Amino acid sequence: MQWNKLDYAMAGQGSGDVTGVLPAEPHMLDVLQGFVHELRTAGLPVSMTENLDAMRAVEYVPLEQREAFKAALGATLVKHAGHYRVFDTVFEVYFSMFSPGVNAEGESDLDAEAQMDFEQLRAAMDQGGAMGQVSNEELAKMLLDALMRMDQNEMRMLAAAAVARFAGMEPGRPVGGAYYLYRTLRQLDADGLVNKMMERARDEQQIGGGAFDERLAREDFDGRLKVLKEMIEAEIRRRLVADRGVEAMARTLRKPLPEDVDFMHASREEMQQLQRAIYPLTRALAARLAQRRRHRRRGHLDFRQTVRHSMQYGGVPVEPKFKRPRPSKPEIMVVADISGSVASFARFTLQFVYAMQSEFSKVRSWVFIDGVDEVTRFFDEAQELGEAITRVNTEADVVWVDGHSDYGHAFEVWHERHIREVTKKSSIILLGDARNNYHASQAWTLGAMRKRARKLYWLDPEPRGYWDTGDSIVSEYAPYCDGVYEVRNLRQLQKFVADVVDVS
Amino acid sequence: MAERFESVPDVVQRLRGVDYLSDTSIAGVVFLADRLGKPVLVEGPAGVGKTELAKAAAAVTNARLIRLQCYEGLDEAKAIYEWNYKKQLLRIQADREHERDWDTVEADIFSEQFLLTRPLLEAIRAEEPVVLLIDEVDRVEIETEALLLEVLSDFQVSFPELGTIVGKQVPLVFLTSNNTRELSEALKRRCLFLHIDYPDIDREKEIVRVRVPEVDAALAEQIAKVVNSIRNIDLKKSPSISETIDWARTLVYLGRHEITPETLGDTLHVLLKYQSDIGKARKELGVDAPAVVKK
Repeated sequence: MQWNKLDYAMAGQGSGDVTGVLPAEPHMLDVLQGFVHELRTAGLPVSMTENLDAMRAVEYVPLEQREAFKAALGATLVKHAGHYRVFDTVFEVYFSMFSPGVNAEGESDLDAEAQMDFEQLRAAMDQGGAMGQVSNEELAKMLLDALMRMDQNEMRMLAAAAVARFAGMEPGRPVGGAYYLYRTLRQLDADGLVNKMMERARDEQQIGGGAFDERLAREDFDGRLKVLKEMIEAEIRRRLVADRGVEAMARTLRKPLPEDVDFMHASREEMQQLQRAIYPLTRALAARLAQRRRHRRRGHLDFRQTVRHSMQYGGVPVEPKFKRPRPSKPEIMVVADISGSVASFARFTLQFVYAMQSEFSKVRSWVFIDGVDEVTRFFDEAQELGEAITRVNTEADVVWVDGHSDYGHAFEVWHERHIREVTKKSSIILLGDARNNYHASQAWTLGAMRKRARKLYWLDPEPRGYWDTGDSIVSEYAPYCDGVYEVRNLRQLQKFVADVVDVS
Repeated sequence: MAERFESVPDVVQRLRGVDYLSDTSIAGVVFLADRLGKPVLVEGPAGVGKTELAKAAAAVTNARLIRLQCYEGLDEAKAIYEWNYKKQLLRIQADREHERDWDTVEADIFSEQFLLTRPLLEAIRAEEPVVLLIDEVDRVEIETEALLLEVLSDFQVSFPELGTIVGKQVPLVFLTSNNTRELSEALKRRCLFLHIDYPDIDREKEIVRVRVPEVDAALAEQIAKVVNSIRNIDLKKSPSISETIDWARTLVYLGRHEITPETLGDTLHVLLKYQSDIGKARKELGVDAPAVVKK
């Protein structure tokens, strides 16, 4: 990436000719192409049209108006709210070299003087100065002062100083940004900062007594600390990019899109994001199932309406009217494995069930390990997901002998208790990896289910390549199902939802 | 193309003039929509001011707002145009004694005077400046979305009977979506995408002050902080900006100048609409239920 050329291009742009003709600044476009390429590599579906739009957009919004510039690129290249996080990271990497004074809202709000101070400070630090005359304690105190006043410019300067002093960054050292962030935050005692702010606020009587005021103040300070952390991160990233170059940094920081995160290996934070993404998905499933039904066929002739309508044409029934068929309510039965081998998938499964149950009126759910128990009531009664999951994990009676998965026994018991409740309206969804610990499969129970149910689906959280290896017996159950799907991430779940709706 | 805005700060400034507080990213996208002549697809939770943005944009550009409210089952006849069936029938009957040949009759009854324009066609044929708002586009079926494509990309409508009508201007177009379903790629590709989320404390505070001038700075700040705090709780439905404003008005009516836990407990139902949410927020914030429950 040719940053010096970009600098040159920017200088040309800064001279006032914002509407600039394309050929005058080819280097900006070079950078943009690298940027788009990285977005595509990260998995964002950027089409040709969108790419062209972005190229036109940067003609109108100059790089100097950084936040507007970012909004312009975002609006043209990112068409899905969930993709913004990836976009943010890539944007920071590609354009972090040009971020002297940018606050959270993005306006470059440093006046000329502060800007100069800041540049000098940064230059001094880059030469190893790091506000040498200031002691660590003084730096910490200045930082606390700045936080109390929420003076973003000062915070940014101090963040830069802290990174220079504490992160111990060395050129060429193959360490990720997270390590430097951790070092800097530990030295600044970031966890203690909120308490210090609380104390200070109490001393100055900014907050009244009472748990309520305390809570508000604490949240406020947590928010400020978060801003500070972001500043420190930005500073570290800026230095890393300067050291290693743009493409290398982009590669290190590459994160999967939310829809590509593997359920089995999702981190806590990723899981929370998934949870947010699941709701629209189930709502889509509900909406589309209902829609199909309504559209499939018109209902009976509505005699009264037809006659009423014919009055306009002197009693000639020009337009026959039909009754709208009532959308029949689909009934969904979910039977899910919650044993250890699919533990993190199980958590996701329960989220999915919870979301479905709040969307569909008729959802029943069971969980099993080697015994099986109905858990519909936990989800219906619970006010939130966490509560429901706790109750499922503590109250559901799913252990029969030893607490190792036994699909065969679980299905047999289920069959015995509930098969009579399955009707032509019910769709059954089974979730699990079919790792049966070499027990008998009792696959005939699935045959019985399928005979009575409308549809029978199996969702397996394991990669297709692992199926039927070891004690996995997917293929013994598969012949009885209308479809067996590998569902390891949201994208695959979306595909399943789309398929189910198409064939129903 | 007539340029409606000079720069991004100009957009912010002028929107503020009609009491709409935008931020740089909102203003940036509106500015870009003007320059590129592309529609804006606005997405975000309910009540963050998506529709308001279109109204404000219409107000600052002195344009007429034409609104197409989407719903399930919306079709061509309700979105673009419809032939005035009854009038056509009358015309044919009236013509009967003249014994005119069919071609003449046909040319006659498929002419402008039998055309009923619906919002999209109205926007295209408008002489004066307009802003087109296609509200809650996620409510129409995916098949109906295709109706919009021709209008959105080329700003024209093709009739089987009349040929193609091309718009005299490229107006600002806003589509809003609550994201109840994934919109088609084709639609998204034609639009600029703008995601509006709940505002941060500072912006919400300003919004409160602008919309409810009776509230002083200290109270506005408290309001914004409390609402922000409530949004951090995992609720069925977080309070929207419009609910924040309602709450601020309620506090003014009640003559409160400070939010105590009691005040919050008494008025929480203005912010939250589900009983379970109210209960949960009470527990989280350590606020008691009102002493007297009014029926």
